[in-house]
Amino acid sequence: MEGKIIYFDHAATTPLKKEVLDEMMPYLTEQYGNPSTIYKLGREAKRAVELARERVAKALNADIQEIYFTSGGTESDNWALKGVAFANRDKGKHIITTTIEHHAVLHPLKYLEGLGFEVTYVPVEPDGIIDPQKIKEAIRNDTILISVMLANNEIGTIQPVKEIAKIAKEKGIVIHTDAVQAVGQIPVDVKDLGVDLLSLSAHKFYGPKGVGALYIKKGTKIHPFSHGGAQERNRRAGTENVAGIVGLGKAIELATQNLSEYAAKLQKLRDKLIDGVLSKIDYVRLNGDRYKRLPNNANFSFEFIEGESLLLMLDMKGIAASSGSACTSGSLDPSHVLLAIGLEHEVAHGSLRITLGEDNTEEDIDYLLEVLPEIVSRLREMSPLYESVKKGGK
Amino acid sequence: MYSEKVLDHFMNPRNVGEIENADGVAQVGNPKCGDIMKMYLKIENGIIVDAKFKTFGCGAAVATSSIATEMVKGKTIEEALQITNKAVAEALDGLPANKLHCSVLAEEAIKAAIEDYLSKQKSKNTN
Repeated sequence: MEGKIIYFDHAATTPLKKEVLDEMMPYLTEQYGNPSTIYKLGREAKRAVELARERVAKALNADIQEIYFTSGGTESDNWALKGVAFANRDKGKHIITTTIEHHAVLHPLKYLEGLGFEVTYVPVEPDGIIDPQKIKEAIRNDTILISVMLANNEIGTIQPVKEIAKIAKEKGIVIHTDAVQAVGQIPVDVKDLGVDLLSLSAHKFYGPKGVGALYIKKGTKIHPFSHGGAQERNRRAGTENVAGIVGLGKAIELATQNLSEYAAKLQKLRDKLIDGVLSKIDYVRLNGDRYKRLPNNANFSFEFIEGESLLLMLDMKGIAASSGSACTSGSLDPSHVLLAIGLEHEVAHGSLRITLGEDNTEEDIDYLLEVLPEIVSRLREMSPLYESVKKGGK
Repeated sequence: MYSEKVLDHFMNPRNVGEIENADGVAQVGNPKCGDIMKMYLKIENGIIVDAKFKTFGCGAAVATSSIATEMVKGKTIEEALQITNKAVAEALDGLPANKLHCSVLAEEAIKAAIEDYLSKQKSKNTN
């Protein structure tokens, strides 16, 4: 393993696939036309953008006209929430979401609260999964929008969005799902889910950074994201990121082609990792439901140690991973997701998120299982919290 | 993000451990915030002859604990009380802005351990 980097942070980003880059390259170099122009160079760029739209639509079982390109998941979420809220404010001002959404959902909702909208944050169960009944109970006469993520970015839990969408439809409420972590990991079919809006981001499934898409079901009342030119059918002005869009199209095509094999491979590795960590290390817990989780996600909390220290020591061993500790986020509070599932602050500080990707092997898991217990033990020997446990028992 | 010196003190922390029957002991910080430092001092004739620590916290928390124990050793109580968080951070070739609170914790740990020593001395003298 000397000198090798083992990358276990695929929920943060994935490496760009060579096939994807190959399709993008001409649009970064000789095919530089603006898709809004009428001459050949522009027409060629426009054709490439529309082929990508077709690929995204096919991957999601949507219609081509329902796919809008954006700068990524954050923009898609912002557009969905603000666009629907502004377009429907004559109907009501109430929005429902969950306590474990990504900041790309929570922060625009805070912004909307500042403008007079009211938001209900429905808590999740200790297994990290939302109870649809609780969403139903939160609905008011003036509820205009429900936003529930399809899979959580930290603990990987898969949410019952289909059931929640059914409840929303019965009440005539618009439903959005942030599927940024789900696309490329589990099957995502907008018609089967029954959602009105769905956000995705290319760099989570081996595509380029800075490009994403928003699915907007035909007939959904929504304001444009930006005003300017006529791009994206007058809903999202601005010259298209042609190469990025081409990359997104290719990446989603590849990601959905062999999804079941990919997921089966990662699930096997994930289970080996979870079993190994739980058996080799004490005072550890798996965060999120054991089975209703993304095939590539394992999230642990190690008591008496802090996550950033763990990440630094793993980095010294050539392992890249993630933590929900406050120190890695620059705030004083650890991950809101870990707190939402009931972890005490000090336990949440000691979390480790491992997210697997297609290049990871059994050998990588074996190596992690070899070095992790040593690191945890070393940090615990340094911890005054562990010292008191050793002396007093727990 | 971290200087080489911070990483060195994190990976090879000096003076980790406890001192049996330490003359001054103090624990500062809060597990809720993710940082706790426990400092042990051995003091002879007003001079800190040994210092050890245990820390629950991030890389900067461990590194500041390590350098702080190095800085106090051999100093008189009065000199050790003059050590500021700025001095601790400078000794590590700087800390990122969002980690400066760790150096504050190190300063507090030194002061609190000395206070513990002084209060023990006071009660000894009273008895």
